[in-house]
Amino acid sequence: MSAFLRLMPLVLRQLARRPVRTALTAMGVAVATFLFVSVRAMERGVRDATEARASDTKLIVYRANRFCPFTSQLPEHYVERIRRIPGVTGAVPVRIVVNNCRASLDVITFRGVPEEDFEREIMPSLRISSGSVEEWERRGDSAMVGSALAARRGVGVGDRLSGAGIDVYVAGIVESDEPQDRNVAYVHLPFLQESARNLTSSGAGGIVTQFNVTVAESTRLEEIASAIDAEFERDPAPTSTKPERAFVARAARDIIEVSGFARWLGFGALVAVFALVANAIALGMQDRVRDIAILQTLGFKPALVTNLVIAEGILLGLLGGLVGASAAWLALRFGHFTLAMEGVNVEFAATAGVFLVGWLAALAIGGLASVAPAWRAGRTDIVSSFRAA
Amino acid sequence: MSDQSFIRCRRLTRTYHRGDVEITPLKDLDLDIECGEFLALMGPSGSGKTTLLNLLGGIDQPTSGSLHIDDEGIHGYSRSALAQWRGRTIGYIFQLYNLVPVLTAYENVELPLLLHAMPRRDRHARVAAALDLVGLSDRHDHFPRQLSGGQEQRVAIARAIVTDPKLLLADEPTGDLDRESAEQVMQLLGRLNTELGKTIVMVTHDAKIAARAHHTLILEKGKLVTEVAT
Repeated sequence: MSAFLRLMPLVLRQLARRPVRTALTAMGVAVATFLFVSVRAMERGVRDATEARASDTKLIVYRANRFCPFTSQLPEHYVERIRRIPGVTGAVPVRIVVNNCRASLDVITFRGVPEEDFEREIMPSLRISSGSVEEWERRGDSAMVGSALAARRGVGVGDRLSGAGIDVYVAGIVESDEPQDRNVAYVHLPFLQESARNLTSSGAGGIVTQFNVTVAESTRLEEIASAIDAEFERDPAPTSTKPERAFVARAARDIIEVSGFARWLGFGALVAVFALVANAIALGMQDRVRDIAILQTLGFKPALVTNLVIAEGILLGLLGGLVGASAAWLALRFGHFTLAMEGVNVEFAATAGVFLVGWLAALAIGGLASVAPAWRAGRTDIVSSFRAA
Repeated sequence: MSDQSFIRCRRLTRTYHRGDVEITPLKDLDLDIECGEFLALMGPSGSGKTTLLNLLGGIDQPTSGSLHIDDEGIHGYSRSALAQWRGRTIGYIFQLYNLVPVLTAYENVELPLLLHAMPRRDRHARVAAALDLVGLSDRHDHFPRQLSGGQEQRVAIARAIVTDPKLLLADEPTGDLDRESAEQVMQLLGRLNTELGKTIVMVTHDAKIAARAHHTLILEKGKLVTEVAT
């Protein structure tokens, strides 16, 4: 066992027996790491929701030149013409009602879909965690609620979920790999159309917000999108069709801008960790000039002293980083934070990767921040240090 | 002058600069100290006695001249090599004890042993023996702030001897102690010299303390002026 490892208890004692300084520094690192992990989770969520993947096969057909579910109104009968376009394997008319069209952290999104389309097109990508589809089919006012929305609103099977003037019975809770599905309540299309009519007096029967279209080959997304828009070009309600993630990216453009700005906040948090640890270690070394000289007198080599001081910085980063990253991860995981805008959802992605990146960044920066004071400590002149102390 | 002495200084000089002023606390010093000797260094402030002690302890390096201790020419050693040499050869006792405040008496004494690979049981035995030798077996878990000055100095002595070094260097070891504690410390140093055969070089201002050594060297302006056998 090397001297460095034998001396690790010494480093731990140095930290543990100066509890106030250690706690304050670690707390500062924790707060900065919390911010960094939260920002990373938001960035990751935006990326997951908006960046195109080679395997994408979904298109969203929206009303041309409309950007909000309240104003995108398309005739439901378009669905038959869409299904006839070569390359289209499925199309589901969806009516969307949200309680807030603007960017918000807590939006309830109802998606009304025909019963047979829900089972055929949507259910295969969902996993029922409680309740049943049979119960959903049995009641006209029932909803299959995404797990994140259910957790955020604290509802379970048998409860009622209300929002945007619509009140539904929760028939089931569903899990999905897609954030859009985890954050919506699927209801019967006629029910939602009727509810929307009562709410807006706009005669919304037979009107849907969008069509969710599935295509056979991901390489033909753009070609089929153009074909759909060409099909309705001369109709009273022309369409604008985009790959699903591009559609989300357009709808959530403000969120993406916020995310881009937040990235700088994340970097700022890392700089804060650096400054905090560097300051704490530098001040600590000033207070311990005599202790360092004692260690050197006892035979501690300069490199060993340097390494021990760096180990202190790493431990501070490790401790603060662990607390901050864990707190952020837990808050995001169980808070189910979702940024929603115009009916699309961008979920904070509290993944293990985000947690690890945050923790490791704090740890590495703790080490880096202590390099300069550690190097100075290792180069301390013993005689001058004793005189100065 | 012998080429076989335990400590051999030849034309040992230490010069440093304070601004534009060159200061030479030690100049062309020749000195031989035999193994097992107990030597006191005396002299007025600025005479170079602490500088000599620092050079002998390898915590300072000579500007010129040679310094051999136990046949090792440490005058040319790098900082790292000197540190390693100190760890195995020197036990240092300071006037102000210089214990690490956040460590207990046991942990302070254990500190130099952590540089050496040895089973934890052996390390514990050596720390316990050193604390027993200085009469502080019942103070293992006390922090320096919980000890009297005399007890702190005895912990410092335990730390100095725990690695079984050949040479003990003491810089005014009783300078900050009351008479009773000073007597205990001097008795202890005497035992370390006579019973364990440690070579001891001690700086002191007190002639009575110096009288406990075998010889007293008196330095003035960086030069050896008198040697007194006691």
